[in-house]
Formats: sequence, structure tokens, C-alpha cells
Amino acid sequence: MFALINFSYLAAAVCFILGIKGMTKPNTAVRGNQIAAIGMLIAIVAALLHKDIISYATIIAGMLLGGGIGVWLAKRTAMTQMPELVASLNGIGGAASVTVGASTWLFAHSSANLGAAGWTIAILLSIVIGSVTIAGSLVAVLKLHGTIGDSRKKALWQSVTLLALLSVITIGAFFVAGQGAHPLVLAGLVGLCLLLGVGLVQPIGGADMPVVVALLNAYSGLAGAATGFVLDNQGLIITGSLVGASGLILTAVMCKAMNRSLPNVLFGGAFGQADSASASRDEGDFYAGKVKYATPDDLALLLDSARNVVMVPGYGLAVAQAQHAVKELASQLESRGANVRYAIHPVAGRMPGHMNVLLAEAEIPYDHLKDMDAINPELPQADVAIVLGANDVVNPAAAEEPSSPIYGMPILDVHKAKTVVVVKRSLSPGFAGIPNSLFIKDNSLMVKGDAKEVLQDTTRAFKDL
Amino acid sequence: MEMFALSFTIFILALFIGVELINKVPPTLHTPLMSGTNAISGIVIVGAIISAGSSDLSPTVAGVLGFIAVTLASINIVAGFLVTDRMLNMFKRKG
Repeated sequence: MFALINFSYLAAAVCFILGIKGMTKPNTAVRGNQIAAIGMLIAIVAALLHKDIISYATIIAGMLLGGGIGVWLAKRTAMTQMPELVASLNGIGGAASVTVGASTWLFAHSSANLGAAGWTIAILLSIVIGSVTIAGSLVAVLKLHGTIGDSRKKALWQSVTLLALLSVITIGAFFVAGQGAHPLVLAGLVGLCLLLGVGLVQPIGGADMPVVVALLNAYSGLAGAATGFVLDNQGLIITGSLVGASGLILTAVMCKAMNRSLPNVLFGGAFGQADSASASRDEGDFYAGKVKYATPDDLALLLDSARNVVMVPGYGLAVAQAQHAVKELASQLESRGANVRYAIHPVAGRMPGHMNVLLAEAEIPYDHLKDMDAINPELPQADVAIVLGANDVVNPAAAEEPSSPIYGMPILDVHKAKTVVVVKRSLSPGFAGIPNSLFIKDNSLMVKGDAKEVLQDTTRAFKDL
Repeated sequence: MEMFALSFTIFILALFIGVELINKVPPTLHTPLMSGTNAISGIVIVGAIISAGSSDLSPTVAGVLGFIAVTLASINIVAGFLVTDRMLNMFKRKG
């Protein structure tokens, strides 16, 4: 029986691997997700057959309660809120690892059957990583939601973090050495790790949350893998490392797209240090009289003669809920024979791939969504590029001015298009806090206003032409 | 110790599989990938089930923690798979 259960966990892990493999192509992805779900079902059935289980009541109650909440969350969440949902699920995953780790330790403690040092280390890791994930995710959710803004007491939080980290290491060392093996010590450790999680994420700016969410995704996986070591469950170890690898790769992708190192995002925050007062003072001079304004009617006229149009959506598009308005304008353009593509920067939106999901929700075919590397060579052939609520990711300074703080960051080369139209509410800077030289280029026009309204006005004007 | 060495080997090999596999996932699908990995990290439920089920109905702290763990892991599994499915179907619609 024992062997059968272990083989079932292996089967589940294989299903997860096949599931992720399915996710490598959009048209096999739904199937992949279903295979992964079947794997989960196999694992759960196997776990229910375990010989130690003497009561099913609490298990069933927990599954019903959790399942109900899960269905509610999955149905209720809007696509714009996906970063908050994923961040919450990271935290819940971390919490599950902590509770399993703590519960297992308490069982062993009450029956005076504590394992060897390696076992204790695994327990500690699952509790420490899990608790940091809980608190870090909570802060990330609140920041994504806008409930808490950027911290002004960066130094304070960094010393809190350091202090908490040192205490955790000290107590952890005693714990492994077999001293202080008391439930209250464990509870104290969890408390300290929660503080550590808050201290780690609180000083990071809201603009860097995509990196943090990806990193916490990795942590939740690694906490799961640690739990696998605790339970000697290889299926759990495999799955935890898959999730951990996924989170780490996405973290690396996001850091690369911002041309920053992970330590810089976590501890440095070069952009956060930028003196915002001096930036806003320079702005008046920078843009003075050099920005050419246009109306939605002008834009419609311009589009009338355009064959190749590239839309460049940024976070402003998501805020304005304008993804359906983009689709409408694009359909009009396509019905007159124009070719419309979407240029998507890796950090567009608020988490990896977020912009793609928002555009897919508006029924834009995914093969029209182009990655930065795919669209950049095509941009010089574009008649019109429309920048919708994106800023830093189209700033030519990143390619042309070595003195710029964002120099070296990969950008979408929209300034190479024949005409660039920037739809923006104001000239205020993006997350990097620097003026954008794109706005004063000869081939660029600015349409002031909310992305959704501008697009709708343009579509109307275009239909009347 | 032998068990640990074996588990650690599996851990490292699985990390490599993960890196190879995830690198092939296109940026378009990164958000569903994250929610999907949220769902599969709910595999912790197998540990939670054993924790919750191995005590009698007389509640101990460990048993209560087991119940909480089952609930939390179920949220991840159900919400993760459903929301991933919802997103992926949007990509499938016009493929």
C-alpha cells in the first residue's frame, strides 16, 4: 500500500510536468492545466488512503470550506485584479506550508518523537520561508491594491529586517541543537518571520511589485519543497521545486526587462532614491513648447491613411479599463485593410504577462500580441504607433543617453515608427521619475486624455470619415 | 541520512527540469503560469490531509492546524486551477 501511495505521488508530479509542458503553447495550455488538475486529484486520493488517517470529518470539512472560498475567488476576480489574486495565493500557499510544518512538529513533540537535525532544519525552513511568504504577500497585495503607499522609512524597515533575520537565525540554531524545543518558541519564530516578511517587502516601491510577486511565488514553492523534506514525500519535493524554478525564472525575466539586478530591486531601489523635486522642476524646461498636441479627430485622420498600426499598451490602459476600446478601434482599422499589432513590453501591466491577459480578455487574438524582441524590428515599418499609458518602456533615453538613470533598459523602439501618438493624461513622469524624450521628438504627437475616452472618440471620428 | 541524500538529489534534478520547462513558456502565458503554479503548490494538501486526519475528533492544536492547512491548500488548488482555466480559455477563443 505504501509503495502504491508513493507511486501515485510520482504520477501526480509527472502530470504537473506535462501540465506545464502544455503551457508552452497557447493552444495546448487549457489541456495542460486539466492534466495538472488530474494529477492533483490522484495525489489527494492517494493521501486519503494513508494508513495514519483515522478521521475524515475534519479533512472533508476543510476541503469543502477551502473549495468554496476557492470557487468564489476564481469567479469573482476581475482580470485587472489578477496580480492581487496571485499574490494572495502565494501567501495562502506559504501559510499552508507553515501550518503543515507546525502541525507535524507538534505531533512529533507531543509523542516525544522528534526527528534528527536534518528533519528539524527542514521543518524550520518550511516555517521560516512560509511565514515570510505570508507576510510579504500581504504587504504586496496591499501595495498592489493601493492601500499602502511607498514607505518613507526605508532605513527603519531595513534595520527591523536585519534584526528579525538575526533573531530568526539565532533561535533557529538553538532549535536545531535541540534546545528550546517548545511550542511557544515555535510560535515566537513564526511571529519573527512574519515581521521579517513585512520588513523585506515594505521598503520596496509599488512599481517593483511584479518582481516581488514573482519572487514570493518562488518562495511559496520552496516552502512546499521544504515540507516535502519534512514528510519524506518526493512528490511534494518535485512539485515544490517546479514552482520554485518557475518563480525564480519569472523574477529573472522581470529584472532583466528593467535592467536591474535582483539585489538592486530588493534593497537598492535606485529609482526610489531619485530626487523627485528636482525631476519635476526640470520638467517644465524639458518639455517647454516642444510637445505637439493633437485631438482624437487628428488621430482618426492619421489612421485613415495608415497601413501598419502598432498599439503599445501600458499600465495606464489597464487603469482606464480601455482594453475593449482598443479592440474596437483595431476592428475598425482592420475592416479598412490596416494591419494592427500590439507591442508588449515584459514589464507592461502589473505582473509578468498581465497585459496579454487583459488584451486576450478583450478577444484580441494572441498571435497579434508581439513580444519586444519580435516587434522591435517591425517598428520602423509602422505608419503609426499608438502609445497607451506606457511611459518608461518607450523612453528613447534608455537607448540614446548614457547619463539617463534608465540607460540600458530594453525598450520598445516606438520612436522609429513614422509617427508616434502618445495618449496620456498628463506629462507627469512614469515610475522612473524622469522626463520622456519621446514626447518631444519630431515624429511624435500627444493626445491628452484618458486612454478609454480618447480611443472611443477616435473610433467615432474614424467611423464618420 | 540516505533518505535525505535521495530527496536532495530529486530536489536538484527537479529544479533543473523546472528551469528547462519554464524557459519555454512564452511571455504571453506568464500570468496563467503563475496562477497555475499556485494551484500545483497546493500539493501541500497531501501533508495537510495526514495532519488533519491522524488525530481523533478530540481537537488538539496539531489537529486544528491540520484542518487550517487543508482549508488553505484547498483554496489554492481550486482557485488556482479555475482561474487559470478561465484565463487560458480567453487565449484559446481565437487561436
